[in-house]
Amino acid sequence: MTAIERHIGREEHLRLHRRAMLRCGAVATGGWLTGLSQRLARAAESGDPGAPPRSLIVLWLQGGPSQLETFDPHPGTMIAGGTEAIATAASGVKIAADYPRLAEQMASVALVRSMQSAEGDHERGTYLAKTGYRPDPVTRHPTLGAIVCHELPRLATDIPRHVSILPGNWPDWGGYLGDSYNAFKMPDPRYDVPDVRSSVSRPRLEKRLDDLAVVERAFAAGRGRQVDGTHHRETIERARRMMASEQLAAFQIDDEPAELRERYGDTPFGRGCLAARRLTEVGVRCVEVTLGGWDTHVDNHSSHTALAGTLDAALSALISDLAERDRLDHTLVLCAGEFGRTPTINRLGGRDHWPHGFTVALAGCGIRGGTVVGATDPEGGRKVEDAQTFPALGATLLTALGIDPSVELISPAGRPIKLADAEPIGKLLG
Amino acid sequence: MNSTPHQQRRIPAGRWRRDALFIAVCVVAVVGFAGSLLPELPTRHPLAELSPSRGEHPKASVIETAAAVDSAINDAALNNTSDVVASVPPADRLTVARRLWLALMGTIPSLEEIRQLEASTTNAITGDPPDAAEIDRMLDHVFADPRHADYLAERLARAYVGVEDGPFLLYRRRRFTAWLSDQLLENRPYDAVVREMLTARGLWTDQPAANFITVAFVDDNEDDRLDEALLTSRLSRALLGVRLDCAECHDHPFADWKQRDFQGLAAFFAGTSPSLGGIRDDDTAYEVADRQTGESFTVEPCVPFAASALPAAGSNRERLAGWLTSDENPAFARATVNRVWALLLGRPLVEPVDDVPVGAAAPQALDRLATAFATSGYDLRALIRTIAHTEAFGRASRSSDVEVSDATTGADSGWLAFPLTRLRPEQVVGALLQSAKMQTIDRESHVLVKLVRWIQQREFIERYGDAGAAELEPRTGTIPQRLVMMNGTLVTEKSGDNPLGTVARVALLAPDDAAAIETTYLAVLTRRPTQPEREHFEQRLAETELSRLHVLEDLYWSLVNSTEFSWNH
Repeated sequence: MTAIERHIGREEHLRLHRRAMLRCGAVATGGWLTGLSQRLARAAESGDPGAPPRSLIVLWLQGGPSQLETFDPHPGTMIAGGTEAIATAASGVKIAADYPRLAEQMASVALVRSMQSAEGDHERGTYLAKTGYRPDPVTRHPTLGAIVCHELPRLATDIPRHVSILPGNWPDWGGYLGDSYNAFKMPDPRYDVPDVRSSVSRPRLEKRLDDLAVVERAFAAGRGRQVDGTHHRETIERARRMMASEQLAAFQIDDEPAELRERYGDTPFGRGCLAARRLTEVGVRCVEVTLGGWDTHVDNHSSHTALAGTLDAALSALISDLAERDRLDHTLVLCAGEFGRTPTINRLGGRDHWPHGFTVALAGCGIRGGTVVGATDPEGGRKVEDAQTFPALGATLLTALGIDPSVELISPAGRPIKLADAEPIGKLLG
Repeated sequence: MNSTPHQQRRIPAGRWRRDALFIAVCVVAVVGFAGSLLPELPTRHPLAELSPSRGEHPKASVIETAAAVDSAINDAALNNTSDVVASVPPADRLTVARRLWLALMGTIPSLEEIRQLEASTTNAITGDPPDAAEIDRMLDHVFADPRHADYLAERLARAYVGVEDGPFLLYRRRRFTAWLSDQLLENRPYDAVVREMLTARGLWTDQPAANFITVAFVDDNEDDRLDEALLTSRLSRALLGVRLDCAECHDHPFADWKQRDFQGLAAFFAGTSPSLGGIRDDDTAYEVADRQTGESFTVEPCVPFAASALPAAGSNRERLAGWLTSDENPAFARATVNRVWALLLGRPLVEPVDDVPVGAAAPQALDRLATAFATSGYDLRALIRTIAHTEAFGRASRSSDVEVSDATTGADSGWLAFPLTRLRPEQVVGALLQSAKMQTIDRESHVLVKLVRWIQQREFIERYGDAGAAELEPRTGTIPQRLVMMNGTLVTEKSGDNPLGTVARVALLAPDDAAAIETTYLAVLTRRPTQPEREHFEQRLAETELSRLHVLEDLYWSLVNSTEFSWNH
């Protein structure tokens, strides 16, 4: 398509949406978007009706993990600071020595070692990493998980489609798609799911709901359809369905064999990853599991080694477990933080923020395992080979999930916004 | 470690910030400890009289403007539809009080306040609408309460600086909101407040208003600089009510704004940058790169409309502030009026709240209010008073004659009925915490009560969700919100056997069942039960096998889980 054609196409699209927007005038923000994009999404998924639904698991490494102590070691160089590398199941791919179990799974894992971010601050960096857009006072973009929930059809779930386990400072949000796309926040799966158990007996709850109906009738008098428009009663009904749902059992990882729980690691994060796998099996579209503590301005190496114990077990177990259950082909796993850490080591033995070249890892859902995209400078320079960005990463993930990243939605401010504003990284897609 | 000056220079820029943080933490710890030893000074105002304070009596002009606004609204509605019959009655006294408390303090009236309110009104008949003097007494009470200034400051701050943590160390949001709250408590003219924000110099810690600027500092390759576009975008929406930022990347597709309008406004900030001594201004020119060709060119500061109001003298930021708050620039007053209207009625006069026409196309009601606001010397309280005195604000949200629907409550219908709008999270938790206590929780409450309130509020909003910067846009309710209200620890605690709470005290002290029911309704829904409700719960209380406390817990739970509790009406 020529530039002019594209421009016209865009205008036309815009006008269509503009009309739709006017028609829907007072409808709650974002709600009206849903119809069109769901049709598009169904069209995308209808290619193979028998195929199991796809889902996304994000292991969010909050704080900015060091690429050198994880997926991109440069052993023997000045910048390594003593970090060693080990060979992996993917030929020619080496990762940090703290990750022996992940090394065994690397034939399923792809690495993008040339990630660059435009943001060097945690809050802004997280926004860019999660949404593919820089923070913007006009539009709050949805995170990738929210986009996936919005674009793929709703499955028969009574529990939320979007879950954040061990939520960090900025758990996944729905942005302009609406609050219903926010991630449902969950603690360590060792504890109960919050707020789903009534504090009173079932008969007493039924009595309370009868009482509530009396109060609702009094309020509805003279207010007519307006009260229906609040959807208050439906939301209560759906909340009750969730409270009674058998799918809640997906949060109970004690049902899994002890050996498997052991593999994931006896840590909140390990349990979170295991719960994530169980949740995707009952139709949850996106689960985010957060592991914090990567912001190692002080004592980088020892902190990273401690975290590696947790991450190595959980990530390797998740990938092998998904593969053993034949679910890796339709479950996309992303392991990423908001940026990397400086090649130089500071006075306190720490590494500072480094958005100029860092690694993210992906696996499953047709991502080519064993692939490495890009490379960083062994001497610690800012130049990277084959630079990649979060928008491109987002486009890659969406494509792998069967969603066209170039689809545009109109934000409440009237702007057309692509799901991901870049081309996917071709090398990663099968 | 020996650090020569040469090595010092190689420390990455931004290091001084961490060092400064360490020193700051030490200083704060010492000062904070010393401060905590001082006794709290008891300054509780007796609220019982609900007496007019500081001579802020309604002027005739307030009532006059309110009437003019109503007739402008009615005229517009008559032009829109042929058969509008304004037969929605005025809302009763307690409903109006609830609206004012929620809009201006983020909570509902306490039982204590309700009793005072009713005692202060001679010949009060339940269900009567409040007269003008009564509305003024309520507003006097609200304006004298520091909770109001704090609450309004937070609402305005969300438009000015958003909700993010902002740049590390260069930005102190709480300083900014505390400063704003002080300005509002003094009722300083709003144009002066805005001018100070736009022109503040010096350190953001020392000059809290400066945080309006420093929140837009960004770390660009370890070098802090001002993001002019971010600041311009906030400014145009919050203070001018125009979405100029839609023209940031290209000319606006369906409004009059050109990319040059945006760039010209951003150019006023080109010379502003952070330094160790605070915000620094020089005469750097604004350079922008053409998005197509990549060629860079210089943009001179210029304003998109009302150009004659731009002062010739002064620094760039002073000139911008002068133009923005000039009487010749109607956008400032219109934007403010639209936002304050939205805070009070739940929906703005012109939707969306930050997209107000600049030319002659503005609705007459908006114009009348904006003109009166400018004439009053940008007196926010006079503006709030005026809106509170309109019939539109005072109407009920229900009617036995008119089919009340979304179409009858907005600007197009002439605000025929008061709109039903979802309460924001901070209003829900404010109402929840207040409903569980009979006494008012305010700044004069015991420090422990305030601390507990603060912690509970934070935990609740953590689960319930925060509405963020665009909080005045309509939102949908969510399942997690319902779960928190139905099963969450806060509601369970508040409805439970807490000896200091409303439920237990009513169970213990109410002389009879009818009084127990009525008191609970007043504390939670700020109204008395209807006849069917009273009968239903009297019957429940008559079930002998259950204790009174048990049934009252159920009653409390039902009331806080009702649509009525979570909506403004």
